[in-house]
Amino acid sequence: MEQKLLKVTIDNITVEVEPGTTILMAARKIGGDVVPPAMCFYSKLQGSGGKCRTCLVKVAAGSAADPRPMPKLVASCRTAVMDGMVVENITNPAVLEARKGVVEFLLINHPLDCPVCDQAGECDLQDLSYEHGSEVTRYEFKRRTFQRIDIGPYIQLHMTRCILCYRCVYTADQVAGNREHGVMDRGDHAQIATYIQKALGNEFIGNVIDVCPVGALTDRTFRFKNRVWFTKPVDAHRDCPTCKGKVRLWMRGDDVLRVTARKDQWGEVEDWICNECRFEKKKVSDWVIEGPTRLDRHSVINAGHYVNVVKPKETFTSVMDGRQPKLLMDIHSISDVNTVDLNEIQGPATGQTFNGNQMAVGHNPTDLKAGKGANPKGTDSTNPETP
Amino acid sequence: MQALTKRSKQVDRRPMTAMEKMYLPSIIKGMGITFSHLFKKKPTINYPEQQRPFSAVFRGVQILNRDEEGRERCTACGLCAVACPAEAITMEAAERQPGEENLYREEKYAAKYEINMLRCIFCGFCEEACPKDAIYLTQTFTPANYGREGFIYKKEDLLIPNPVTQPEEYAKAKGTIGKDIK
Repeated sequence: MEQKLLKVTIDNITVEVEPGTTILMAARKIGGDVVPPAMCFYSKLQGSGGKCRTCLVKVAAGSAADPRPMPKLVASCRTAVMDGMVVENITNPAVLEARKGVVEFLLINHPLDCPVCDQAGECDLQDLSYEHGSEVTRYEFKRRTFQRIDIGPYIQLHMTRCILCYRCVYTADQVAGNREHGVMDRGDHAQIATYIQKALGNEFIGNVIDVCPVGALTDRTFRFKNRVWFTKPVDAHRDCPTCKGKVRLWMRGDDVLRVTARKDQWGEVEDWICNECRFEKKKVSDWVIEGPTRLDRHSVINAGHYVNVVKPKETFTSVMDGRQPKLLMDIHSISDVNTVDLNEIQGPATGQTFNGNQMAVGHNPTDLKAGKGANPKGTDSTNPETP
Repeated sequence: MQALTKRSKQVDRRPMTAMEKMYLPSIIKGMGITFSHLFKKKPTINYPEQQRPFSAVFRGVQILNRDEEGRERCTACGLCAVACPAEAITMEAAERQPGEENLYREEKYAAKYEINMLRCIFCGFCEEACPKDAIYLTQTFTPANYGREGFIYKKEDLLIPNPVTQPEEYAKAKGTIGKDIK
């Protein structure tokens, strides 16, 4: 039996969706500006959503049968549509005002370290605060801080940046299948942590880096190697026994600086990739390159990447009877930059890396076994012992 | 044809008068003008002993700033490089290790920082883009050089002197930059 499609109107645009669809997914079916932003919701993870409140919308009419408006703004990622529902997102100033407040709350404990953070340039929270946030902070108190810890050899957790969206927890549960980390403590103390400081070892656990909307979980093998917008995204694949092997390479010249999963227009991973593809295949010869990734034209990642470039033909040799032009200076013989193969080292470069010892890798002074860096004394902003 | 300005004058093509044919009065008049300039204020200065002040908004060669404790401010965030219309800036970042806290202000720093002064157009966008007060355009221009190699400025060439160990050089290099920053 064919199910009856439900009619829902979002910002005066009507769309027909199947029963059980959430308002957010109905809006994504329309696309464009009417889609509410989502920080915690991830359509590929069961049970995600409802935590961050950035997707709040106004339901002006509950359904055709009961056209009363819902009394409060609702989280569109967790609210199923009803037939004849009328939703207001960007057409309702109250929604935009509420979203601005939500962004302010998300940023209360978030550090302003975008110049240092590796996520900058592809950070959901950065985009969200540019679009919906205010330019100043009203928060005057101490922000909660943690020391960064390494969970496993490849993943770094910097809880200071975490917005507690729970995406990584669901990913570990549903994709990696064997969850060793979760959210500990409550309220202001809540933090993502591994139980008894266990390292995450599952072969799909690297996907927590991609689902993280902020820079809390980052790739250690890419740490400080380059800025996202100086690397060029390229779609590539390989025959991988564990995953589909469809990835996005972030290249700098011929160096593969980072491997991530491919993300769709909503910033969600298309196919989960395994740790081997993500962390250990950093050579162009490991991959079959399909072509440059098409990103949003306005993304900073496209800055300086020119499309349809036609390089002019060098006519000098043909005009000058085969003589080569005399170069007054070759920049590569003078420049100190690009003398070290950063893609060959397994962690952040240090001063040593550039001064002799090319394989020197930065290490994290926190000690997992001793519980250092996990902030065992609590995270209360009023606690003077907070590191 | 319509004149573009009202200042154009028709060339006088009448034959010269007897007075004009003598030439000497005109020469004396001209020499008088030349002689009068001896008693006027000189428009030139003796460079390089004397130097004219630059305007307050002059954009000269860049420096990399340090904080009060002498730590490098630059975190190699790359915003100057992405803002640079001439693509003159390149850098490579490194992680600050324990024990280097007195050298670098943040967790990450620029291990390599280069400005190609042959490409730089002194637009000042790098200074505008910098979120860390780390790069400034100073009131000096790039010195001349015999070879092109000398115009690739490395981090050592760009860094301001350390305010702790070399306070005088630091004050001189700093000049008026960053004065209006709160």
